Amino acid sequence: MNLTIDHILAGISAGGQYALIAIGYTMVYGILRLINFAHGDVFMASGLIVVYLTTAMPLQYAIPVVIIATVLLGFMIERAAYKPLRSAPRMSVMISAIGVSYLIQNLALYITGGLPQTYPAIPWISDSVQIFGAITKRVTIITPILTLILVVLLVVLIRYTKIGMAMRAVSKDFETSQLMGIKINKVISTTFIIGSFLACIGSLLYFSSYQSVTPTSGAMPGLKAFVAAVFGGIGSIPGAVVGAFVIGICENIIKSSTEFSIFSDAFTFALLIIVLCVKPTGLFGEKTTDKV
Amino acid sequence: MKTKKFNYRIVDIALLVVLFALVFLADQFLPTYDIKFKVLQKGAVFALVAVSMNLLNGFTGLFSLGQAGFMLLGAYTYAIFTIPNEARLSVYKYYTMTNAAGEEVGGLVQAVLPMGIAIILAGAVAAVFAYFIGLPVLRLKSDYLAIASLGFAEILRAICQWKGLGILTNGSNQLRMYPYFNSIMPYFLIAGLCIAIIALLINSTYGRAFKAIRDDEIAAEAMGINLAKHKMISFVTSSFFAGVGGALFAMYQNTIQAKPFTTTLTYEILLIVVIGGIGSISGSVIASFLYIACSEWWLRFLDTEGVIPGITRNGFRLVVFSAAIMIIVLFFRRGIMGDKEFSTERLVKGAKSLGSRFSKKKEVN
Amino acid sequence: MKKIVALVLAALMLTACFVGCGETKTDEKVIKIGVYEPASGSNGAGGKQETLGIKYAHSVCPTVDINGETYKVELVYADNQSSNDKAPTAAADLISAGAKVVLGSYGSGVSIAASDTFKNAGVPAIGVTCTNPQVTEGNDHYFRICFLDPFQGTVLANYAYNELGYRNAYTLAENGNDYDEGLAHYFTEAFEALGGKVENANFPENTSDFNSYITNAINAGAEVIFAPTSTNYAQLIVEQAAAKGAKATLMAGDTWDSNQVLAAAAGKNVDIQVTTFYQEGGNAEFDEGFKAWLEADAQNLTDNGGDAKIAAVSAMGYDAYFTALEAIKLAGSTKSEDIKAAIWNVDYTGVTGQINFAGDANGDAVRTTAYIKKANTDTALWDFVKEQGVN
Repeated sequence: MNLTIDHILAGISAGGQYALIAIGYTMVYGILRLINFAHGDVFMASGLIVVYLTTAMPLQYAIPVVIIATVLLGFMIERAAYKPLRSAPRMSVMISAIGVSYLIQNLALYITGGLPQTYPAIPWISDSVQIFGAITKRVTIITPILTLILVVLLVVLIRYTKIGMAMRAVSKDFETSQLMGIKINKVISTTFIIGSFLACIGSLLYFSSYQSVTPTSGAMPGLKAFVAAVFGGIGSIPGAVVGAFVIGICENIIKSSTEFSIFSDAFTFALLIIVLCVKPTGLFGEKTTDKV
Repeated sequence: MKTKKFNYRIVDIALLVVLFALVFLADQFLPTYDIKFKVLQKGAVFALVAVSMNLLNGFTGLFSLGQAGFMLLGAYTYAIFTIPNEARLSVYKYYTMTNAAGEEVGGLVQAVLPMGIAIILAGAVAAVFAYFIGLPVLRLKSDYLAIASLGFAEILRAICQWKGLGILTNGSNQLRMYPYFNSIMPYFLIAGLCIAIIALLINSTYGRAFKAIRDDEIAAEAMGINLAKHKMISFVTSSFFAGVGGALFAMYQNTIQAKPFTTTLTYEILLIVVIGGIGSISGSVIASFLYIACSEWWLRFLDTEGVIPGITRNGFRLVVFSAAIMIIVLFFRRGIMGDKEFSTERLVKGAKSLGSRFSKKKEVN
Repeated sequence: MKKIVALVLAALMLTACFVGCGETKTDEKVIKIGVYEPASGSNGAGGKQETLGIKYAHSVCPTVDINGETYKVELVYADNQSSNDKAPTAAADLISAGAKVVLGSYGSGVSIAASDTFKNAGVPAIGVTCTNPQVTEGNDHYFRICFLDPFQGTVLANYAYNELGYRNAYTLAENGNDYDEGLAHYFTEAFEALGGKVENANFPENTSDFNSYITNAINAGAEVIFAPTSTNYAQLIVEQAAAKGAKATLMAGDTWDSNQVLAAAAGKNVDIQVTTFYQEGGNAEFDEGFKAWLEADAQNLTDNGGDAKIAAVSAMGYDAYFTALEAIKLAGSTKSEDIKAAIWNVDYTGVTGQINFAGDANGDAVRTTAYIKKANTDTALWDFVKEQGVN
């Protein structure tokens, strides 16, 4: 075990990437009470889209196009796979989410032919810089800063706009808000659009750091981001962000020990279980009671 | 009237006998490397694991995603205790040690158990772990339970791969050279016996309590059902049989390592349960054979280039397969059997009603 | 309505079954060779390059004479998805398709996992680049034409210690990958026996963040990072080591001999050295023919990683095909058991050197040299360093 500033930096960067994915999870869960297992795969798909787009057009056009494509993908998944099941038991929706995740991964496998795709280097942010004596990519520094800016914007959106108010209402009480004239489907679609947009940004940052996209590269970051969302209290955006940074940093501290580094993934889950047992609602979650 | 009623139960039992007779014939005539042979073996293994998962998810309403972890425990226990001593040196190549007599031996365990006992031990180890995991996890509600049990499965996998336990588990390397059945019948017999035990449990007072918990936890508690106790019984039993299933899975594979026991495996089992119908034992069994046959055998032609020029190539099978699963999940939500059980009586009645519907349509025309 | 749709679906599935079972029958005499290689998963890239070598060999020589009769050779493929749990059915699929002898696989784990299926069917298998000793150990149906991990690990350790003068090493292996762990184990054993210091690290599968591992290596003062991983991890490791400015030499075995590693290293300040089976330029005729064949088909180029650089595994695949043909000729029969017996007597000189199995009880071809190559980051090509034996 010899911890250095490099590990902490790597941790903060990983935390920022998890945070952007975790927000998508936490918002969807807050409103639909659904673990959107396909979210990690949307993240991966976004990476693949960039790979294929950059073969056809320059990067400055590819980035806006990929944002639109990812948002559309998220929107379509909700319409096709979750909307028809709105009145079904929660387990069915979750299974549908698992099915979508399976489908996206297999589609990616088919399209890529099973070969890992090299992500294009984005100029400037992929360059190496020196900070506190540690050499790292510029994206490592940008990630947490960009994450915080986006989160602040999102919190403002939710607090002070009409659609934000509608979202809060729906997550408090699904049925009543419907009675109050809130268009549920519109709110849910907006949630998926915001979630996918952030996943797309997260994917740009993530794959700029680790330039290889495989069909399963969304699975682990997705699961970890979900754990982060639970850790912070699911439904709470600041909670998800704090959770993501805690997990990112802890994970890299574990990796600094050669003997225990293979537990870096397992540790995330151990943390989750401890949190669930001690404080099931997470750090910032609200307590709910069951009604008959 | 009563005497006129045809006894369908006898037909059911006869069908079961015919099924086992067919398996017997398959054993006689199919070469061991035939794909049908593998499909039948794997189908039987997955049928057992799917039914054990259905006991939790379908009958007790506990959405647990830890099945892969308990299979892993069963598979490892079986393999570790049945590798012949003379093979251990080769298997535990990187984890040799010297025993009391000063000889170099492979691994810590030097006891070899008979296959039958090892299979039961495999279930028992999974059950013991399930008990301790269940203590904290079963207090959680639906999705939290799902994600926590999934987490435990991942933790178990990491522990099994840890070099520190290498003398026991061979690190993350493969365990191999243990005995296995090179025929189909034993898989069917063991899986069948276990499924029968689960069916008996479901039809007992415990089973009725499980269903009460599934339908309404709070009401069940008010009726005097001990929630913690019954959830634990269901969880431990399910894990026991998942462990046995893991042992069978190890046998089917001939070699075993922790790597394939990921969440993907759990998802596959869950999808089998859903396709068969959540809350139907026979549904899970039928679905597992269909699922394995489709994914490993019938759809393989889709992977061959040129069947549909420009479209079929490696990986297309899985796309078609997962799209078909989505169709089932979205439009046939009740799966093959719903929450009903298979019986010839229902089959005959269903056929009759279908027939009458067709004839009615003709009349309209 | 739903019931009818369900019935139609079931009917479709049944027809699918019959389509799947249907076999085309021709009057031509055909012998089938199974290609048991990953086309997807973590070893998909390498598996494809190896398959390309086999396909090219098949295009060069699509027939074989058995006792004066000309048989057409047909290749049948099964994707083992780089995954040990898919191995038994993929192997069974090949045998069901009528393969009399099997070539493969890239990746030792899948080869070990499928071994018993081949054994029970009595079909011999020729390992192309699976270097783990456990593949052939204790059985008489699995052969192998490449060198083994104990050899490769020792060669690399000797080279790092004696030639490069390194004393401090750090190994990085993927958890649960028989190839990685085997090679790291033998490297460590040999390097420590020479007096060097080694730190071993493992990473969980699907890892993409290697920053902390590289930092650990730097902190441990490692002069060489030995990372015998599959190519998609290799890409990430090279990329991140370069970004971190790691000074240590990156060393690996045959898996890193790939144009994807070269692409990742191009223009960066990294030192990469690998051992491999074949050096481009070793056989001009093969090199030219193979390149022309690759460039003639866009799909082949894609499978080769986008360009026409020759991977050593392709050359090995080429040799494996001809080894199988030699064995079939020697056997004078299309029966698996005869071919199995005949492989022992094969003595064939391929593009990667001489292949004969007589000197080894396990059925491993005797190989005494490995090629060491160094990545040239300016030209994005491999520079030949030297041929190295154990001593």
